[in-house]
Amino acid sequence: MSWLDKILPSRIRATKDEKGSVPEGLWHKCSSCGAVLYTAEFDKNKHVCPKCNHHERISARKRISIFLDEGEHKEMFNDLSPKDMLKFKDKQKYQDKFEQTQNKTGEKDALLVFTGNLKNIPVVVCAFEYSFFGGSMGSVVGEKFNRAVNLSIELRSPLICFSASGGARMQESLFSLFQMSKTSAALAKLSEEGIPYISVLTDPTMGGVSASLAVLGDINIAEPNALIGFAGPRVIEQTVREKLPEGFQRSEFLQEHGTIDMIVERKDQPEKIANIIKMFGFKNDEKI
Amino acid sequence: MSDYNPNYLDFEKPLLEIDNKIKAIKTSASASQRDLDNIESLNKDLQKNINKIFSSLSDWQISQIARHPLRPYTLDYVSHMFSEFIEIHGDRMFGDDKAIICGLAKLDNESVMLIGHQKGRDSKDKVYRNFGMPKPEGYRKALRAMKLAEKFNLPILTFIDTPGAYPGIDAESRNQSIAIAENLYQMSKIKCPIISVVIGEGGSGGALAIGVADRLAMLQYSIYSVISPEGCASILWKDAAKANIAAEALSITSEKLLNHKLIDRIVPEPLGAAHRDYNAMYSSLKSNIIEMINEVRSVSLPELLESRALKISSYGQFESQ
Repeated sequence: MSWLDKILPSRIRATKDEKGSVPEGLWHKCSSCGAVLYTAEFDKNKHVCPKCNHHERISARKRISIFLDEGEHKEMFNDLSPKDMLKFKDKQKYQDKFEQTQNKTGEKDALLVFTGNLKNIPVVVCAFEYSFFGGSMGSVVGEKFNRAVNLSIELRSPLICFSASGGARMQESLFSLFQMSKTSAALAKLSEEGIPYISVLTDPTMGGVSASLAVLGDINIAEPNALIGFAGPRVIEQTVREKLPEGFQRSEFLQEHGTIDMIVERKDQPEKIANIIKMFGFKNDEKI
Repeated sequence: MSDYNPNYLDFEKPLLEIDNKIKAIKTSASASQRDLDNIESLNKDLQKNINKIFSSLSDWQISQIARHPLRPYTLDYVSHMFSEFIEIHGDRMFGDDKAIICGLAKLDNESVMLIGHQKGRDSKDKVYRNFGMPKPEGYRKALRAMKLAEKFNLPILTFIDTPGAYPGIDAESRNQSIAIAENLYQMSKIKCPIISVVIGEGGSGGALAIGVADRLAMLQYSIYSVISPEGCASILWKDAAKANIAAEALSITSEKLLNHKLIDRIVPEPLGAAHRDYNAMYSSLKSNIIEMINEVRSVSLPELLESRALKISSYGQFESQ
C-alpha cells in the first residue's frame, strides 16, 4: 500500500479492493467499474450496472424470465441431457464433469428453450447458459435449437435466441462441430417458412456458435460491449504477434464492420424486438 | 547426413535408411546384377518395415501423417486426377484468397466444380497460401463457385485440408463468422450434389465451411476435428505437449469417425500413406469419387436434398429422460 493509500479514508480505499470483499447476498459489486450496489436494485436493473451501464452476464433462466411478459412461460425439451459417446476423458471424465455441472447449475445442458409471450406476441425463445461448460454447443444444444426451430414453424411463432458461448464443446469433438451445420440448416428451413429469427449476441459469443446460429439472424442484435468473434483474442494475438486494437471484437466494433444490425441495451430489448416482429407482420395473440 | 530429413517423420526414420540405400544403388552408374538383387531384398525389407510401422499407428501419428510435408495437396490432385482445370478467382467483393482454390474440372467425362483448401509446399509458397488458412474472402469465393455449380447443375467436389480458418485481425474485421455461417446455411440447401473429401487436415469450422455434403469421405490417414490436438491439449490439459493424448481422446481418425457414422466412407491410401505413392493415391481417390458421384446421381434432386437435410439434422447423440 502506498503512502497515499494509507492516508485515504478507508471508505474510499474500499472501492479499490478485490472482488469478494463485498458481503455476498445483500450487495453486488460491478465487475467493470467496481461500484457497490444493492443486490435488489441490481436485480431490478436486469443485472446492468446503473453507474457504468456494464451488462453483467446473466443466467439463461433469468434472462428469459426478464425478457418475456409476465405470465405463463413453458419450458420445452428439458428431457434432453448429454451423452458421453466418445468416453472422453481429460483430467476428469466428461460424464463426471457434466453431471457435476448439472448439479451445480441445476441445468441439464447449455441451452434453454421456452415458449411465452413477448408484448402479447407468442414467441419461442432460446438462451445459452454460459455457466454450463462455457455455454458450449454439443449435441444437446444443437438438438434443442433444431427442435426450437421446428416448434417455431409448427406454431408459426417468431424465434429469438440469446447466445453466450465459447464455441463448440471439445468433449463431443466432431459431433459438436456438426451442430454448426445442423443449426444453420434448421435456420435455412425456418427462413423458407417466412418466420422471423432474431439473434441477440451477448457477452461472449465466440467460435462455432458465432460462426453458425448466432450470426444468421434476420436481425442480429448485440448487447453493449459484448465480446463477439470467431477466433478468441488470445489466439489472434499469438498468431499475428501484435497488440489488438482498442475495442476489437466488441459490439461497437462489430456494428462498425457490418456484422450486426444494432446494439440494444438489455432494458430496451423486449420492446425493440417486439416492434421488429410486429413490423414483419406478426401480431399480438388474438386469443386474449 | 542420412539420419536427418525433414520429409521423414520420427517414426518413419527406419524407412529413411532403406530409402537412401535403394536410391544410392539406383543412381549409381555402375550397378551390378548383385546390386539389383540387393534392391529386391531392400524393397522387401522396406515393405516389412512399413507394414510394421503402419499396423500400429497411434492417433497422434496419424495426425502427423495428415500434415506430412510430402502429403499431396489439392493442386497435386488437380494436375493428376483431372484432365482439365479452369481456375476461377476472387469473391467479387474483396479479393482472391490463395488458401482456397476453385475451378471447373473434368473428371473423365464429368464436369465438376472443384473447391479445395491449398497449403504451400516450401516456405515461400506456405506464406503465399497462408498455410491453408482461409480468410472470409476464401469462403465467399467458395460459395460463389457453389452457386455457379448450382446454376449449371454440376456436382460440387470439395477437398478439405486446413489447420482452420485464419485467426487474424483482418479476417475478424471482414466477418469470418458470417462467412463460415453463410456457407453452412447455403450448402444445406444448394440444389446440386455435394461431395466432400478430407484429404489431410480437417480443422474445425474452417473445414466444415466447405464440408456440408451429401457424401463425406476421408482419406485413410487424414483427420477431422473440432479443435487441433495441440489446441485441445493446451486448454484441457494446460499443456500442448499432451497433444498425443488429446488426439486419442478426440476420436479424429477416419476409422473412428466412420464407426461413429459421422463420415460415409474411407478412401484407402497406398502402403505407407499417400506421400509414398502419389499415383496409387490418385487412382484410389478417383475411383472412390466416381463411385460417390454415381451414388448421388442415382437419386432425384428432391430426394437428394431431403436426404441431405435428414443427414444434417441427425448429427448428434444425447439422452432423453
